Amino acid sequence: MSANELPVTGGPAAEPLHTSIHGDGPGGQDHGGEGVWARAWRTLRKNPVAIIGAVIVAVFVLVAVLAPVLAPYGGSELPGRTEVRPTMIPGPSAEYPLGLDRYGGDVLSKLIWGAQASLLIGVLSTLFGLTGGLLLGLLAGWFGKSVDFAIMRLVDLMLSVPSLLLAVSIAAIAGQSSMAVIVAIGVVQIPIFARLLRGSMLAQKGQDYVLAASALGLTRRSVTMSHVLPNSVGPVIVQATLSLATAVIEAAALSFLGLGGGEPSTAEWGRMLTAAQQELAVAPRLAILPGICIAVTALGFTLVGESLREALDPRNRTRR
Amino acid sequence: MLRLIVQRLLLLIPLLLGLSILLFGWVRALPGGPVQAMLGERYTPEAAAEIEAEMGLDQPLPVQYGKYLLRLLQGDFGTSLQSGRPVLEEFITRFPATIELTVVALVFAIGIGIPLGYVAARRSGSIIDHSAVVVSLIGVTVPVFFLAFILKYIFAVELGWFPTTGRQSATMIATHPTNFYVLDGLLTAEWDAAWDALMHLILPGIALGTIPLAIVARMTRAAVSEVQNADYVRTARAKGIKPARLRSEHILKNAMLPVVTTIGLQVGLLLSGAVLTETVFAFSGIGSFLANSVFRADYPVMQGFILLIAVVYALVNLIVDVSYGLIDPRLRRQQ
Repeated sequence: MSANELPVTGGPAAEPLHTSIHGDGPGGQDHGGEGVWARAWRTLRKNPVAIIGAVIVAVFVLVAVLAPVLAPYGGSELPGRTEVRPTMIPGPSAEYPLGLDRYGGDVLSKLIWGAQASLLIGVLSTLFGLTGGLLLGLLAGWFGKSVDFAIMRLVDLMLSVPSLLLAVSIAAIAGQSSMAVIVAIGVVQIPIFARLLRGSMLAQKGQDYVLAASALGLTRRSVTMSHVLPNSVGPVIVQATLSLATAVIEAAALSFLGLGGGEPSTAEWGRMLTAAQQELAVAPRLAILPGICIAVTALGFTLVGESLREALDPRNRTRR
Repeated sequence: MLRLIVQRLLLLIPLLLGLSILLFGWVRALPGGPVQAMLGERYTPEAAAEIEAEMGLDQPLPVQYGKYLLRLLQGDFGTSLQSGRPVLEEFITRFPATIELTVVALVFAIGIGIPLGYVAARRSGSIIDHSAVVVSLIGVTVPVFFLAFILKYIFAVELGWFPTTGRQSATMIATHPTNFYVLDGLLTAEWDAAWDALMHLILPGIALGTIPLAIVARMTRAAVSEVQNADYVRTARAKGIKPARLRSEHILKNAMLPVVTTIGLQVGLLLSGAVLTETVFAFSGIGSFLANSVFRADYPVMQGFILLIAVVYALVNLIVDVSYGLIDPRLRRQQ
């Protein structure tokens, strides 16, 4: 696989990382004592796909953080309210570079504030899913046997409902708020993380270095926490990066289904896209702009995640 | 083979029991509880008390759950608040539409995805390989309903090549013995009705099929890349097997194993995507009805449809597992 094409992985996602995070592995002799992460970092720096992804993510994060400085108007301001007619929505002008929307909001400002909303939803929901999944996966991987069985059946149950429907039903309980959306998207990710971490930990448990650590008399806790877990998190981190992309898309989908609360004029990409549906023939830019923002952001996270997966994959090590 | 099927069907029982417990609890966790959920906007304290007595909500939870389960087993999934009709009936009348849409989406995804992934792997680094990468990226980064918007805007609104909404033109007079509109047209020899229904399926089918297309193309590419370098392929080539036979019997057949699993896994994605795609195209399948029930807080429909969709999802995965055994003789021997 050459460096300039996308990584396409066909094998099991939870390929274990054979080298210890602290020590050196058989593949790392040429960079003596180098750990998995240092090696991954070196591979990533040379991968143009990873760099493109990282730049997209960096721009997105910067825009989100600097929204108060960058946006000409506030997220809920409707500066052009008097200029919008039922039959006419003003297009781009000197005052409003990307034009106005149906409610008289400045599209540019709303896109900028929307970046903040999307980043917040993406990061918080992924953290939620990650924490829940790690907790369940850790419990299952640590105790094994009946605990493992019970947790995995719960995970199966959650995976038996298509993800969007699961998110919708959780959002219905959690009420109409952006917090509900975060929880809904987060919960949907829990089974994915749990299964991934458990599989990864199981693969590590049989490794010689774990047996050696146990033989040396280390307690189960210290073997799990300082040996098994650090070596099992690689696939989880890759998944978390990819989850950020999914979260942005799913948040938009929930908005589209009328969940998430707030005014229809809220500065959030999914909401803007939904509201634009009625004006598709009059002002297609109202749908296209937020749609592109969602797609590009998701692309950024996907490229970073996939490159990271490739860089961490031990099967790619020898072909460097 | 039969044993495998029976085994898998038996495994479905605990899954569905677990799901029914979750959904039973779900209605009780809704803001306002089950009575509010049942009555929706018609909520008054008197009506609430009446419903509570009627449904036995004053009884202990296990008894309530037992009754719920008994009703489910009798095919009673509750009544829709929007239409007042039984949930199961709503599901059955609309399901053919979604099946038609899913089939078109899958045909699109498989018909393009497998050849694209295959050629991409065989000609690694070529233009086709690069375009396969681009397609698989678009598939995973563009929201389904945004793609649906764009397709509708370009090909239906601007160019007018396809109808914008619905399953069949309003002016079309047709009989529907099966509710599969395309099939109905063919059965009753109303060719124009069948054609019209098919045209209504194209854009939503493409929108819905794009993500699976991306995933299938990607999976095929990965699988073929791996298989074509396998030792047995090299041996077969060295023995002088004709390239066509090498491709079809040695490479493609072995590479299809993971692809078939992937296709099976797409069904959940398609059912999720159908909720969004059907809504954009006002296509009256189970997806748009479910989306509507979300808008109108029609909880009995959500509860029933989620359970029914999970059953469909599980059955499809069962079929995939069985077909896996048919393709892979190693699995057949184990059973």
